[in-house]
Amino acid sequence: MTATDERELSDAAAQLSTAPLEDGGQQPAPGLGAGREIVAWARWFWRQLTSMRVALILLFLLSLGAVPGSLIPQNSVDESKVQLFKDEHGALAGVYDKLQLFDVYSSVWFSAIYLLLFISLAGCIIPRTWQFVGQLRARAPKAPSRLNRLPAYTTWRTDAEPEAVLEASRTVLRRRRFRAHVAGDAVAAEKGYLREAGNLLFHVALFVLLIAFAAGRLFHSEAGKLIVEGDGFSNTFTQYDYYKESAFGTGDPSAFGFTLDKFTASYQRTGPQKRTPRVFRADITYWKGADGPKHKTSIEVNKPLVIDGTKVWLLSNGWAPVVTVRDGQGDIAFRGPVPMIPAEKRNLSSQGAIKVTDYVGKDGKKDQIGFQGFFMPTYLKGSGQMMSQFPEPLSPGLFLTAYKGDLGLDTGVPQNVYQLDVARMKQFKDKNGDPFRQVLAIGDKLTLPDGAGTLTFDGVKPWATFKIGKQYGNEWVLIGALTAIAGLAGSLFIQRRRVWVRARRDEDGTTVVELAGLGRSESAKLPEELADLAVRLQTAAPARPEPSVTTSDEGARA
Amino acid sequence: MTSIAAAANENLADISNVLIYSAMAVYTLAFVAHIAEWAFGSRSRVATSSAALTASAAAPAVKVQVQRAGGTTVLERPAVVTKPGPGARDAADGPGAAGGDVQGDMYGRIAVSLTTLAFLLHLGSVVTRGLSVERAPWGNMYEFSTTFSMVIVGVYLAFLAARKHIRWIGLPLVATVLLDLGLAVTALYTESAQLVPALDSVWLWIHVSLAITCGALLYLGAVATILYLFRDRYEAKLADPAGPQPGNFARSVLSRLPAAASLDKFAYRINAAVFPFWTFTIVAGAIWAENAWGRYWGWDPKEVWSFITWVAYACYLHARATAGWKGRKAAYLAITAFLCFLFNYYAVNLLFGGLHSYAGV
Repeated sequence: MTATDERELSDAAAQLSTAPLEDGGQQPAPGLGAGREIVAWARWFWRQLTSMRVALILLFLLSLGAVPGSLIPQNSVDESKVQLFKDEHGALAGVYDKLQLFDVYSSVWFSAIYLLLFISLAGCIIPRTWQFVGQLRARAPKAPSRLNRLPAYTTWRTDAEPEAVLEASRTVLRRRRFRAHVAGDAVAAEKGYLREAGNLLFHVALFVLLIAFAAGRLFHSEAGKLIVEGDGFSNTFTQYDYYKESAFGTGDPSAFGFTLDKFTASYQRTGPQKRTPRVFRADITYWKGADGPKHKTSIEVNKPLVIDGTKVWLLSNGWAPVVTVRDGQGDIAFRGPVPMIPAEKRNLSSQGAIKVTDYVGKDGKKDQIGFQGFFMPTYLKGSGQMMSQFPEPLSPGLFLTAYKGDLGLDTGVPQNVYQLDVARMKQFKDKNGDPFRQVLAIGDKLTLPDGAGTLTFDGVKPWATFKIGKQYGNEWVLIGALTAIAGLAGSLFIQRRRVWVRARRDEDGTTVVELAGLGRSESAKLPEELADLAVRLQTAAPARPEPSVTTSDEGARA
Repeated sequence: MTSIAAAANENLADISNVLIYSAMAVYTLAFVAHIAEWAFGSRSRVATSSAALTASAAAPAVKVQVQRAGGTTVLERPAVVTKPGPGARDAADGPGAAGGDVQGDMYGRIAVSLTTLAFLLHLGSVVTRGLSVERAPWGNMYEFSTTFSMVIVGVYLAFLAARKHIRWIGLPLVATVLLDLGLAVTALYTESAQLVPALDSVWLWIHVSLAITCGALLYLGAVATILYLFRDRYEAKLADPAGPQPGNFARSVLSRLPAAASLDKFAYRINAAVFPFWTFTIVAGAIWAENAWGRYWGWDPKEVWSFITWVAYACYLHARATAGWKGRKAAYLAITAFLCFLFNYYAVNLLFGGLHSYAGV
């Protein structure tokens, strides 16, 4: 191949993409003059950052950096697991904490990686967009002098006039949505600009995605509420069990309410998949505003309730033993369901506390008592095992220990509802001086020592927790993601290619038609397309029969 | 009420089990036939190794073909001369596992026929499994694994039906399908049962089926990439007669594979084609997560690893378009990316727990 050929070929391929030329940023920063040196270094740094090599390294780091978040418990996923980890690994946890390994995805270093990546991306796609706009306005380069050097090529002879052939090929190419123009003795055509457009669109969509994701985080607010079957809920701050909002989260819950009419939780009762959940369904009655018309519906795991842009998801469930506590005077001091929190997910052995503030002792003095409870939905009496055997309340057992004294509810320190703070309380003891304790079945009655009162276990009610949240930017995340996919499809499935058709009169008076194609990458489709074009051109430029006809098309292509 | 709904049709479930074992037996026969194909193919070693480096560019100059029929000129599609890109080795594709040997080819055809039969049994097993519980058969790892290898074989057979020459992938493919099914029926086996409430969603059909299909296709890409690495080294050795030469066994096997450039292109096309679908799989998962858990992205281990897999494949696609990275380096990235996918499937389900833990395993 001669030097001229080489240059012509590279001209023909020029501007077929906006991919940067890879100089690798090899030029060292010049070292003349302090101010100019800084500028030079800055430019060098910018060139490095926006080079494909550094982008690749950043991408690689991004995937590498995401790994520890799946191995080490994360605050954003499960704070209790983080606490457990910290308790188990003292010194190591300290190091992890310093490295923000419990908050990988909001850590400084992870943020630095993706922010640098996005800056690098911006530095890449902005110039490429301008370049692409330029390419859209330009025309395909003129035909190289030796078309048979190109990756796909075909030729034949015809009796038609060269001008007529060129005009016909321009029409054919344009009909196939090529941008074609006649330049000299050839038609130059180009197609597949959507590839580049798709590529740019994909990367721009990533920005939309990132911004929408960040906005969603910044404007995020969510609340949680545990509701026992039969109870109601109205969407106000005071009713929430917990409420989380980020920097710009709106503290403006939309007004609605619902009652949990019935909660169904059923589990596989037999077979190897025993205990596997089968149905979780919350049948509710809801209303909009303070006192709107009532509607019945149900919330399931995959079917959140949507009211005015606020969503209510069903998250988890458990059981609440219903108890009646009578004080030393025989008066009812407490009556109702006490939600117990599952300590394990398999059989729902749960724990909780019964806190009785409205208690009068045998001596007539106001006091407080509390019970630490352990609830087993299915308890095997006499098995000696303080563990539930099945997640549904087939034969519930409620194990209780009792305390008397200050529950500590007035100290102002927020307290765990499901745990008794026994710091200022005294445990009830039996005759032998051992801690007083008893396992109750439904209908059983517990009598505290010294006539301090009684507790009866009346029944079991299910409870469910709901997450109430308003999310912002979700639709933009979705738009960004779908646009990214559309862009990807364009950039990966569309081939940008150029086709040249040359027609010139040979010495013998016939016209030689030459077709050649060039793609950015090798493609099996390009020769096919070229063959298609050639067939179409045959109507305007029928081939002259030649003596040296090859016999089989199949044979040549195999 | 629930016990009736939960009662899986045990008859169908049993049929499904019988079918999967039958499929495994037939796959084993196909595996043996492929071995025979390779063994007989090794007889024509001399011819193939000399053909290995014959330039494809030496194709005859193209003539537009003209047929005379009843006086009119009927023109067939003209053949088009193609040239490899600059810098590419001119190595030709090998002749395939049978190496041009007639008996080898016969065994290869037998292997494909057996694979087709096994595929039908396999398909039957997956379908009856789904019918036995009247849902999509993608509720646990046993079902994912059986469907996964079923899709792999289905795609392979579809390629063959479309007259793509990919029988060379048959042996490693059938071997891994057997491995996957073996794991499924032993370690991962779960009785046919209803879905847990968390999986009971229309998104199961979309998200899980896409994930399985993407995995199956990426698997084909990964096998081609691994073979590319071997074949590339082989070609490099042949291209440098002064250096160490490949051994007899390597020569016999690798000479029959497609050229490194063809393998690389095959792997790239698959990986590139799957990437948008993998992206959509993640997006569909996010939409489902928003529905089920009230957030579309929460860095659950499964989410983390699908993100890592996505970034790894993005790395590969960029690397392949970058000078200094294309070729072997990009191939290593592609393999790493597929390992991330596998890790996401096996390790995250079995070791990590999290929200994507399913019934049984």
